[in-house]
Amino acid sequence: MQWEVVIGLEVHAQLATQSKIFSGSSTTYGAEPNTQASAVDLGLPGTLPVLNEQAVAMAVRFGLAVNAAVAGRSVFERKNYFYPDLPKGYQTSQMDQPIVGPGELEILLEDGTRKSIRIHHAHLEEDAGKSLHEDFQGMTGIDLNRAGTPLLEIVSEPDMRSAKEAVAYVKAIHAIVTYLGISDGNMAEGSLRCDVNVSVRPKGQEAFGTRAEIKNVNSFRFIERAIHFEVERQIELIEDGGKVVQETRLYDPDADETRSMRTKEEANDYRYFPCPDLLPVEVDEAYIEHLRQTLPELPAEKRARFESELGLSAYDASVLSASREMADFFEEVKDVCGDAKQAANWVQGELTGRLNKENLDINVSPVSAAQLGGLIKRIVDETINGKAAKQVFAALWDGEGESADEIIESRGLKQVTDSGAIEAVVDQVIADNPAQVTQYQEAEPDKRGKMIGFFVGQVMKASRGTANPQQVNKVLKDKLDSLS
Amino acid sequence: MSSSIALHDKTLSELAQGLEAGEYTSRELTEAFLARIERLDGELNSYITLCREDALRDADAADARRAAGNAATLTGVPMAIKDIFCTEGVRTSCGSKMLDNFVSPYDATVIEKLKAEGVVILGKTNLDEFAMGSSNENSHYGAVKNPWDLSAVPGGSSGGSAAAVAAGLAPAALGTDTGGSIRQPAAFCGITGLKPTYGRVSRYGMIAYASSLDQGGPMARSAEDCARLMNVIAGADPRDSTSVVRGVPDYVEGLDYNLKGLKIGLPKEYFGEGLSEEVEASVRAAIKVFEDAGASVQEISLPHTHLAIPTYYVIAPAEASSNLSRYDGVRFGHRCKDPQDLEDLYKRTREEGFGDEVKRRIIIGTHTLSEGFFDAYYIKAQKVRRLIRQDFLDAFDQVDVLMGPAAPTPAFDLGAHKDPLSMYLQDLYTIAINLAGIPGISVPAGLAGKRPVGLQILGPHFGEQTLLGVAHQFQQLTDWHRQRPEFGQEQA
Repeated sequence: MQWEVVIGLEVHAQLATQSKIFSGSSTTYGAEPNTQASAVDLGLPGTLPVLNEQAVAMAVRFGLAVNAAVAGRSVFERKNYFYPDLPKGYQTSQMDQPIVGPGELEILLEDGTRKSIRIHHAHLEEDAGKSLHEDFQGMTGIDLNRAGTPLLEIVSEPDMRSAKEAVAYVKAIHAIVTYLGISDGNMAEGSLRCDVNVSVRPKGQEAFGTRAEIKNVNSFRFIERAIHFEVERQIELIEDGGKVVQETRLYDPDADETRSMRTKEEANDYRYFPCPDLLPVEVDEAYIEHLRQTLPELPAEKRARFESELGLSAYDASVLSASREMADFFEEVKDVCGDAKQAANWVQGELTGRLNKENLDINVSPVSAAQLGGLIKRIVDETINGKAAKQVFAALWDGEGESADEIIESRGLKQVTDSGAIEAVVDQVIADNPAQVTQYQEAEPDKRGKMIGFFVGQVMKASRGTANPQQVNKVLKDKLDSLS
Repeated sequence: MSSSIALHDKTLSELAQGLEAGEYTSRELTEAFLARIERLDGELNSYITLCREDALRDADAADARRAAGNAATLTGVPMAIKDIFCTEGVRTSCGSKMLDNFVSPYDATVIEKLKAEGVVILGKTNLDEFAMGSSNENSHYGAVKNPWDLSAVPGGSSGGSAAAVAAGLAPAALGTDTGGSIRQPAAFCGITGLKPTYGRVSRYGMIAYASSLDQGGPMARSAEDCARLMNVIAGADPRDSTSVVRGVPDYVEGLDYNLKGLKIGLPKEYFGEGLSEEVEASVRAAIKVFEDAGASVQEISLPHTHLAIPTYYVIAPAEASSNLSRYDGVRFGHRCKDPQDLEDLYKRTREEGFGDEVKRRIIIGTHTLSEGFFDAYYIKAQKVRRLIRQDFLDAFDQVDVLMGPAAPTPAFDLGAHKDPLSMYLQDLYTIAINLAGIPGISVPAGLAGKRPVGLQILGPHFGEQTLLGVAHQFQQLTDWHRQRPEFGQEQA
C-alpha cells in the first residue's frame, strides 16, 4: 500500500517583549529561579492581569507578514487545568476569537520547489512555569520565571506531506519571526518550539487518518526525526491490523522514539470561557496600517531582491536570506566592499565554514561585517591577493587587529604590483635555480605551463606572498621564454 | 457637633471634624475603638484579625501629620476592612481555612489609597468564605451575630463589616458586593452601604469571587460618610484593566441634591410575592418622604427580574470555579499533610481547605463550563444578562432612580435557612444590579421590631453621585440612620 503523510504544526514563538504579557516582570532568560516572578505571576490572591501592548503589536506584525486577516477584536479566554507550574489554575489564552486569522506562508524545499502552507490562525497566550525534578530529593521544585512569558501560537492547516516540508515550514516561521524581531527564535532556550500533528492515509484517500500529537519538539533535527519515527510507527501499526489512537505523544531524542503521554479519553476538558479580568482587545485599521508601514523587508522579498538586483544565484540568495542575522550581515559586508558576489562568496565560504567549525552563531562572529567588508574591499581594489586575504581573515578572527588595513599594513601584505620590483625578484629566482631553468627550456612547449608553477611559488615565497600572482606569471613566462 | 454623642456612635465625618478641632487625637480614637472591640467582639465575632499595633502606629503617624498641617480629610479616622482586601503584612483570610495562614505581601489598591489618606485600619472583618453567602454563616471563623438582635444573622457576605459598624466597633468599613453583599447586610444591620458601578473602584488586591460581578464599596453610618470614602477609593487603576478610565466627581459636593422634581421608579417586580409586610410598609413610608419633598413616583417594570437568580447562579459559580483553582496547596495557603502524590495534594488540600458552600459553587461552576453544557448554561446566561441590563437602561430612560426594598425580609434567624436554595432567594432584589453593573445603595428606613429595614436606591451607570445625594437628603429628613442597637450601649 502507498501511504501519504499528513502533518499540521502548532508553533509556539516566545515573543521578545521586555516584560511579561500580563505583568511588569522581566522576561530575560536564565535568571535565578523565581527572581522574575511578581505577585501577579505567582497568582497571589487578588492580583489581576494587565495586557502588554507590545505583545499585541508583535502578534499583529506577524499576522501582516503572513498576509493574514488581523482581527479588529480578539478575546482572551481562560484555559482551566491543574498543574503545579501553572500558578492560577488556568492559562490565559485565546480560542474563539484569536488576534490573527487565516493566512499563508510559502516554503522553499531543498530541491528548489516552492509550496504554500495555509495558516489557520495565530493567538496570544501566556507561558507556564517550569517544574524542576532534579536536586529536590524526591520532591519537585517550581520556577515561575517563565510563567507569563508571552507566546504566539501559530497553528497551520494540515498541509504538509513530509518531514522535510514540516522542517521547511518551521524554518520559514523562524525566519519571519526573527526578521520581524518579534522572537529571538532560539530553539535551544525554548523560544521556538512546536507540537506536531501526524497522521497517515492510503494514497488517494480523502479522509484524514487518526492523528497523534507530538508535544514540544525543540529543534529542526528533532522535528524531522520525530515525524519519521511516528510515520513508520503508524504505518506499521495499521499494516499489522492495528489502529492509530488519537493521543498526545512525547519525542525522546535520546531513544529517538515517540512515547504515549495521554490518550483522548484521559484528555482534559479545559472549560474555556472569556477571561472576566481582561477586556476584549480592540485594534483599529489605523493602528494596523501604522504597523504595516513599519514592517521590514521579509525573507521572500529579500531573496527575490538578492537575485534580481544583486545578481546572486537562486541558491546563494536563499541561503543568505534564510535568517535576518545572515542577511543583515551579508548586506553590511556588501555595502562596505561594494561587490555582492565577493561578499556572498566570503560570507558563505570562509566565514560560515569557520563559524560552523567553532559552532558559533553569526551574531557572535569574531569577524564583524565591517571588518570582512573592509577585507574584501582590499581584494577588489587589488591591494592584496587571495592568499594574503586568507591570512588577513585569520588575523581578524584572532583579534590581531582592528581592521584589514591595519593587518595588511603591520604584516606588510600589500600586493606588490610594481613591475620593476617583481622583475627583480623573478631575475633572482631564475638566477638561483639554473637546473630548473634548463629543465624548463628543454621541455615541450605544452608541458611548460605546468612547470612554471614552481617558479611562481618561489617568487611568491620570496615576496612573502605579496606579489601580484598574475603579474608574476606574465613576467616569468616572458623571461623564461626569451631565455630559450 | 453635639459632644453628647459617644465617640463610637459618631459618624466618620463627625470624627474627622473632632480630629480637626483637636477634641481628641487619632491615638485616643483608635485606642477607644480597639478597647471597645476587645470588650464586645467576643459576642459579635465581627472581626477575624485585629491590627492593634499597626493601628496605633498609623494613628500616631496620622497625629503627626495633622500636627504638621498636611492632613487629608480622613487622616486619623479609624475604620475596618472586610478580610477580602489584601493588606500588606496582615493575614488576609477571605473567611477561609484555605487562607488562614496567608499574610499578604502587598496592599490592594483601595488599601493603598486609604493608607495614603491616613486612615487607620483597626482590623479585618468577618465574611462568608470567599464572599459566598447571604448570612455570614459560611465563615471558617464562625458566624457573625447581628448587634440589633443576637439571634439574627447580620447578612452576608460583608456581615462582619456591617455588624462592626452597627455595633460601634468601627465608624465605617469596606465591603464587597457580588450579588448584594454590601446592600443586604447594610439593610440587616441598619447602616448605609454603597455598591458602586462595576469598574468605578479598583478590584486589584480584592480577592476574586466572581470577577465580572465583584465590586468593593463603602459601608458606614451615613450617605455622607460613604461619599467621603468614595472620594478616596474611586478611580481608574492601571493595575485593573476592568476599572473604568473616567473622571471622578466630588461625591461630597453631590450631597447637596434637590429632591424637587426627582423622578422615582418603583419596579413592580420588587413589590411582589415574598416581600414581608413590615419591609414593604417601611419602604413605602420612605418613598412617601421623597414624595413629600417634591419627588414624583411611577411604577416601572423590569421584566427579566425573575431570571436574575438563575443567571447569577450560572455566571458567578463559573467564574468562581476558575478563580479558586489557584488555591491548590502549591504556592501559598493551606496544604494538606504528607501528600502521597500531586493528585493527592490537590484533592486533600482543597477538600480540607474549602467549606461546603464554596465546594458547592465550584462544582456548579465546573459543570456549567464543561464541554457539552457551556452553550446551554454559560452562553445562555450571558444572553439573559444582557436582557437584564437592558431592563435597567430602559428604566433609566424614564426615571432618575429606582427604589425598592434591599431584601425581602428583615434579618432572619441564625440557622433559619437550612436549604441553600431558599438562602439564594434572599438576594432577589440585589442580584440583578450586579449583573447589570449599575450602582445601588441601601439606607436604613425603618425597624421591623428589633430588626432594621433597608431602602434600596438604584441609579444608572456612574450615577453614584445622584444615589449618594438622594440618600443624604433622605437622611436629612429622617433619623433612621441615627438609630443604634442596644448592644454595647450600656457599656459605653
